[in-house]
Amino acid sequence: MDERRLKSKIKKEMSFLEVKNLNISYPTRKETIVASKNVEFTLERGEILGIVGESGSGKSTIANAIINLIDPPGEITGGSIKIDNNELRDNEELIQNIRGKKIGFVFQDPQTSLNPLFKIKDQLIETIQTHLDLDYQDALKRSIQLLEEVGIDNAEKRIEDYPHQFSGGMRQRVVIALAISCEPDLIIADEPTTALDVSIQYQILELLKDLTKKRNLGVIIITHDMGVIAETTNKVIVMRYGVIVEQGDTKELLTNPKSTEARSLVISVPPTNKKIDRFKLISPEGKEITSDSKSLTKNIIKTWGVRENTNQKLLELTGVTKIFDDKSIASNFSFGLKNDTADKVVKAVDNVSFELFEGETLGLVGESGSGKSTIAKIITGLVRPTNGEIFYNNLSLYNSKRKYQIDKSRGQVQMIFQDPYSSLNPRFKVRDIISEPIRLFQKNISSSELTKNLYDLIDIVGMSRQSLDRYPHEFSGGQRQRISIARALATRPRLLICDEPTSALDVSIQAQVLNLLKDIQDELHLAMLFISHDLPVIRQMCNRIVVLKNGIVCETKESEELFNNPEHPYTQELIRLMPKIESII
Amino acid sequence: MLNKTFNKIYDTDIGYSFFNSKIAMISSAVLFIIFLCSIFAGVVSPYNPFDPASVSLMDAFTPPSWSEGGSPSFILGTDQQGRDMFSTIIYGSRISLIVGFASILFAMILGVFLGVTAGYIGGRYEIIVMRVTDVQLTIPSILMALLVNGIAKSVISQSMHSEMAIYVLIFAIGISEWPQFARVSRASTLVEKNKEYVSASRIIGLSNVLIMFKHILPNILRPLLVIATIGLALAIITESTLSFLGVGVPPTTPSLGTLIRFGNSFLFSGEWWITFFPAIFLIVLALSINLLGDWMRDALNPKLKKR
Repeated sequence: MDERRLKSKIKKEMSFLEVKNLNISYPTRKETIVASKNVEFTLERGEILGIVGESGSGKSTIANAIINLIDPPGEITGGSIKIDNNELRDNEELIQNIRGKKIGFVFQDPQTSLNPLFKIKDQLIETIQTHLDLDYQDALKRSIQLLEEVGIDNAEKRIEDYPHQFSGGMRQRVVIALAISCEPDLIIADEPTTALDVSIQYQILELLKDLTKKRNLGVIIITHDMGVIAETTNKVIVMRYGVIVEQGDTKELLTNPKSTEARSLVISVPPTNKKIDRFKLISPEGKEITSDSKSLTKNIIKTWGVRENTNQKLLELTGVTKIFDDKSIASNFSFGLKNDTADKVVKAVDNVSFELFEGETLGLVGESGSGKSTIAKIITGLVRPTNGEIFYNNLSLYNSKRKYQIDKSRGQVQMIFQDPYSSLNPRFKVRDIISEPIRLFQKNISSSELTKNLYDLIDIVGMSRQSLDRYPHEFSGGQRQRISIARALATRPRLLICDEPTSALDVSIQAQVLNLLKDIQDELHLAMLFISHDLPVIRQMCNRIVVLKNGIVCETKESEELFNNPEHPYTQELIRLMPKIESII
Repeated sequence: MLNKTFNKIYDTDIGYSFFNSKIAMISSAVLFIIFLCSIFAGVVSPYNPFDPASVSLMDAFTPPSWSEGGSPSFILGTDQQGRDMFSTIIYGSRISLIVGFASILFAMILGVFLGVTAGYIGGRYEIIVMRVTDVQLTIPSILMALLVNGIAKSVISQSMHSEMAIYVLIFAIGISEWPQFARVSRASTLVEKNKEYVSASRIIGLSNVLIMFKHILPNILRPLLVIATIGLALAIITESTLSFLGVGVPPTTPSLGTLIRFGNSFLFSGEWWITFFPAIFLIVLALSINLLGDWMRDALNPKLKKR
């Protein structure tokens, strides 16, 4: 970095974008939060810069600072931001001109970044006419060209559509078209593909790479996904607590990270090309450590008794189908009057069958809308299947009236949820959250025994015993997920369903939680149904994998076999398109 | 010790917002004084207006103490029966507040129960409950209360009537206020119901009753608290209106509305204080509650939170 700056000084050339000594802070009532401190970087035309870091590291703040969109009370307290040697800081007039024209912005969620009340046409033309001196016809022509450029078929017709008529990936393309509509020099993309499926993510990233080359743009991509960084960027910045801890050439940084934070980010990424036993972690002192909770799991064995792995069949699904129809909703309003929408039918799960054995982890993988979560809900009785049978321990979980028989699996099937922020009741202390299921199954438990149980559970998930007397909001996402796991284990389950348990977590935290799940399974011989859209994670966690698409099973295979010899074309595509951190190393 | 607890309260967001809002502090101070006075009415007020022995017709129509002909023993003057206005207002506000609190409590229990169950159970039950709510909302609350009162009068025997009047009033006001609670609690329940902690409780095998009232209810209390506060002011005003119209509490135990009605007939003969002071008192009471409710709505809404 110093070398580069020296060089550019020697050449007496200014970089296209120069951020120098940038300080941003958010004063709050109790303290002033420093969102970025002495941030310095440069960007040239034709370059893609990646900014990575865990949540709260200040990645988005920098992007917002460049276009002067920092929410109050936040403010830039020092430093400079220059584009083509023009100072942007505190220059609202210039920024107004530049924002949308010279700088295009792509947001994370394509569902909310387009105005649902306007046609695509109007949104594009409005932006173009604001910044360029074109009449309506020319602006329209230009809009159609742009849509074609970002790969929307039949652009002339689709431009008349409203945002809701486009799929998520298509909408993100429209957002990109908007971002490039006024020939910007810089595009800032804040988690542009986080809300999208793997195959669409690939297309969007390819599109961004393509545009960078063709139009000689500078691009800043903010992401938490090291795979995306590896596959798209030239340069990368690693941030933590608002400070740049390391920056440099992407390949160089990913193969030979120096700082603890960068090493931690790189090493915790689940490898896509091989299966490892446990994820490696970096301790705060910079040492490599592996799993840490093994000794703790022993305690729970004492109370539960040693469990033998019998390898017996625990769960069986045969021909499970779930149809969501609009009839139930429509009839509420039409009072029995038949109308057209009443017959719309969505097959969320279509004739799905699989088996799950004790001590095994079965992966359910698929993109959004593939019915993964619906299957989990059917097994746990949250949603009734339309057809098919579910057997737990050879007992049917639904009776002839399709009513869930919770007695058949009483407490033995538990679930861990995706969102650590909504899966714990905010009004309950951790103690009450975990003891509720214990009390339910052991009605006459003495308070000393209950405490012992609680300590065992909180120990096994690697949290301090003091945390029992706190409320969920006092914990981070990863810690909350640990509390969720403790609650799920409280009923001494034999089958644990994990529905995207780590997709809301940072990579290093994800590695810890996944290690914990593996430890628990080894010790307790739990059967696990692991649901995820993340193929590398699935590969690390599962023995067998079921690939789902639109509710239909594409293929079921041993994990290694599936990754080495995918048969179904859909599986092949998924594996080919997943971002691979190894691609660069 | 006291300082420590104060610091602790001040440290919370809601405490901070409270001590930085003059309106909230003033209105709650006013309410605090009014509540204390009406709870300890026997100690605070110089006379017991309900005790015939302490009332002398000779004292009737005494103007406030500072005006001509006033007596220092009756600060705000006396009414047509010689009762001390200050004492009657304090005793009257006690009745008004009892009716207000009791009717809101009744409306809240009924409305929240129906709303939470409707939101959680759904289906035909929800449709029926919500349609009843809609119908109820089309009837103005005064009309509803008059209706209930009229029915009660014809059902309850004349001798029982003055005893039962206060309960009839509570029921009448409560029944006209519950739809607000039902609507808000149903909507909030629909949001909470889809959160994962509720799914987790279902998977653990908790009963629906426990999930609804132990898990969901505490999480929807905030908006309910706000409408309960504003509803309280509304209930007190409704009570006063009914009493003013003469269908509320019996004249032997006058509430604020009854006092205003009595005084109203003397307004043009110059005895303005008999109606003026209860009316001012009622306005201050209702306004304070409303302002406190307004502040609470803002303070409890994370979207409106300032730094």
